Amino acid sequence: MPAGATSPAPGGRAWSAPLSGRHHEPTVFEYSSPGRRACSFRTTGVPEWDPDELLPAEHLRAEPAELAEVSERDLVAHVTRLTHRQYSVDLGAYPLGSCTMKYNPKLCDDAASLPGLTGVHPATPAAQAQGWLELLWSLSDALCRVTGMHAATLQPPAGAAGELTGLLLMRAWHAARGETRRKVIIPDSAHGTNPASVTLGGYETVTVPSDRRGLVDLDALRARLDADVAGIMLTNPNTLGLFEEDITAIATAVHSAGGLLYYDGANLNAILGVTRPGDMGFDIVHMNLHKTFAVPHGGGGPGAGPVAVSERLAEFLPGPLPSRRPDGTFEWRTPARSIGRVHSWHGNALALARAWSYILSAGGDGLRGVADAAVLNANWLRHRLRGVYDLPYDRPNMHEFVASTASLKKQKGLRAVDVAKRLLEEGFHAPTVYFPLIVEEALMIEPTETESLETVAALADALIAIAGEEAGVGESAPRTTPVGRVDEALAARRLIPTWDAAVAAGETA
Amino acid sequence: MMLADIGLDTLDDLFAAVPEALRLAGGLDLPAGMSEPDVAAEMERLAGLNRAGSDLVCFAGAGAYDHEVPAATRRLASRSEFVTAYTPYQPEVAQGVLQALFEYQTMVARLAGLPVANASLYDGASAAVEAVNLAVGAKRRQTVWVGGGLHPHWRQVLATFAAGTGHRLVDIPLRDGVTDWSAAPDGEAPACLLVASPNYLGAVEDLAAARAAADRHDALLVAAFDPVSAGLLRSPGDLGADVAVGEGQPLGTPLSFGGPYLGLFACRAEQVRRLPGRLVGRTVDREGRPAYVTTLRAREQDIRRERATSNVCTNQTLIAVACMIQLAWLGTAGLRELALRCARGTRYAREALLSIPGVSLLASAPTLREFAVELPVPAQVAVERMAEEGYLAGVPVGVEGGVVRDEGDALLVAVTERRTRAEIDGFAACLEKVVR
Repeated sequence: MPAGATSPAPGGRAWSAPLSGRHHEPTVFEYSSPGRRACSFRTTGVPEWDPDELLPAEHLRAEPAELAEVSERDLVAHVTRLTHRQYSVDLGAYPLGSCTMKYNPKLCDDAASLPGLTGVHPATPAAQAQGWLELLWSLSDALCRVTGMHAATLQPPAGAAGELTGLLLMRAWHAARGETRRKVIIPDSAHGTNPASVTLGGYETVTVPSDRRGLVDLDALRARLDADVAGIMLTNPNTLGLFEEDITAIATAVHSAGGLLYYDGANLNAILGVTRPGDMGFDIVHMNLHKTFAVPHGGGGPGAGPVAVSERLAEFLPGPLPSRRPDGTFEWRTPARSIGRVHSWHGNALALARAWSYILSAGGDGLRGVADAAVLNANWLRHRLRGVYDLPYDRPNMHEFVASTASLKKQKGLRAVDVAKRLLEEGFHAPTVYFPLIVEEALMIEPTETESLETVAALADALIAIAGEEAGVGESAPRTTPVGRVDEALAARRLIPTWDAAVAAGETA
Repeated sequence: MMLADIGLDTLDDLFAAVPEALRLAGGLDLPAGMSEPDVAAEMERLAGLNRAGSDLVCFAGAGAYDHEVPAATRRLASRSEFVTAYTPYQPEVAQGVLQALFEYQTMVARLAGLPVANASLYDGASAAVEAVNLAVGAKRRQTVWVGGGLHPHWRQVLATFAAGTGHRLVDIPLRDGVTDWSAAPDGEAPACLLVASPNYLGAVEDLAAARAAADRHDALLVAAFDPVSAGLLRSPGDLGADVAVGEGQPLGTPLSFGGPYLGLFACRAEQVRRLPGRLVGRTVDREGRPAYVTTLRAREQDIRRERATSNVCTNQTLIAVACMIQLAWLGTAGLRELALRCARGTRYAREALLSIPGVSLLASAPTLREFAVELPVPAQVAVERMAEEGYLAGVPVGVEGGVVRDEGDALLVAVTERRTRAEIDGFAACLEKVVR
């Protein structure tokens, strides 16, 4: 409600002090003051019955659920101050390996904000939602073209959900052939979600080691293949940023043993338009649209993890799927032997709309250009760091590479985490650290295609400067961020997951 | 220049590791890229093929509700510091997201009446899946009782994932719209009872009866609740639930054709080590200032790998932030008023529809925002004809063997605070014409 001429605006203090500064921002609950409110409702003309005229008394709560009582101005100031304490891609480079933190074009934001997309109820009959069905069908089709697969589901709302969907497809395919296989093979360099998904898919994990090249050890793989292996999960390029050169031999060996190949699409950015999982022999592919197809990460979701499959697996896909009729209109169809739904509705539809607008914008040539630039940036950066950081697999890489502070740690105690925290002070986000697990003091670096040479060069300069600093400098970093190094051990030892728990522990406003 | 720096001649040389036989000849089979205005025009064309808003006045619910999303929520939740951030792995530069999630967790815990809430899951169905997995792990039992009023899509998602985890789902039938726990079969004791209140038919269930049934078998009670109805109804925790799950879409997220939505998840303190997904905790930084960080990370899949009990490694942060902002915008009195306005509109609509000859209630249990009616014509026919008149009349629903289904001849109708008396009157008049 706007302030009247005779009364001041409601609310507490609005102040700008924490502008990237070192002031603590109180919680919204600490701004709360009885009677303040921001909300207003539509005038409806509906009779104003009381609660006890609407519902039996035994169902009604005695007291309202306590939330916060703030003016809109207080709320906006509070949340805006929070945004000033947050790093983002829009602010600067984010070289997190395997996370593909590319810039998210603004046209995709606009596309996903159209009322004709956001306002549509998911149970709207297909006849009234033809635009959505066409969009989803077109996106499925394009993703199949990019991956060399036959059909796709857009339902999985995240990469891990896509993985589990893929494993359940694997399970259904074997079951339909009357087979019960119990094991799934994954490399020792795999993303942590892979083994977790294997367990939830009802399988046992069998780990295959990497060889000295950083690639799947083909002999070790062959030794693990038997009639109990349902399939293998591979990321290609792998988490070391290396292309599995023996992929065709791997595919032949796994298929000969009656297994399927699952492609973890986390690193698809590197091969767009260069090669396709389908051509490599993969049967099931999940994609992270929030990596490769520029859906912003939202601070940790929502993403989207569609799964595409080869023709022989298409009848098992989750449904319903958008399908094009001969007359050019669209309908929902559920595959004959569908494993069932994996999402309440049709997946993270607005994220899918963003991805579709990105694909339209880039086109086939533009997507190939993504791979070129991503791989060029990563190789250039690796060359710059040679001789400064350890490069345990110093060979041509794809979209990312893994460096290490193992030698620097021996020389002067510089750990990967110290480099990460120092980079924050230099205005960059940190790389992924301590992953993959097979590299000691790992720094996994993925500059992405959207950063300029100037930015990549500045990142290289910062990394080189940090490596040259005196012992101990890194340990006190970061000092210029909204908070200093956070006590993670205390957070786990004395769990405070809510403001109420904080108050109970003796904290006061 | 960059190529020369690394000793290469052409861009193709970057891909020397890719065997020649696997190279994609001729590039991707996709159209050429488009300019920004051309992309915008194409997206506008697609959006224009959908009917929504005042063009198709929404009386559909079924787990997705047409609530107001105010400017403050839309503007704040679309700030690019939230939109383009990654998962807060570096807490020193992610206090904004972490504190917003801490405030979200606090609000969800309060609504659920439970001490701990996680930083969200993908959607209501995924929250239900994770709750069942938690219970199966905690009780080391392989049977789960599912109330017959659970959302049919959630029920399907539970079945999809149970194919991997191996536990059995046993449906407990409804009687007059609410779960009849006395009809549960003999046999192996369940790990948990899973019941939605309000359920898919809109009926408010007797959670105390569910708690008593759970106690008879030393099972956990998982209650799916609706965060808007929570403005009026007793909380799951108050009624004895061990775990509360829910679909958070009604608080700050537009209908969006079904996603991205928000999985609410709260539990008792003794289950916190089994809590799926991310959890933000309050701590201090090196200088003793308040700070936030994702905590109890040892639960998470990237550390536990094949020993993990969940593979969820992200959440729906941006949607959770919108939910937090929406709840703060509503405030203590506003959430209650929102629920009350829904209940008033629902009663008004129910009375209007029941005055139409041949229309009757599917069940007589109390409802708050949604109810199911039987019509003289199949619901699908009514929905199609009503769409021509500018109404999304609802969602077809049926009950078979005491279990709700997402198809059938009855019509599930939802009324939010956005529906005016004039819209409801018009809707009822149109339905009367259609079913005549």
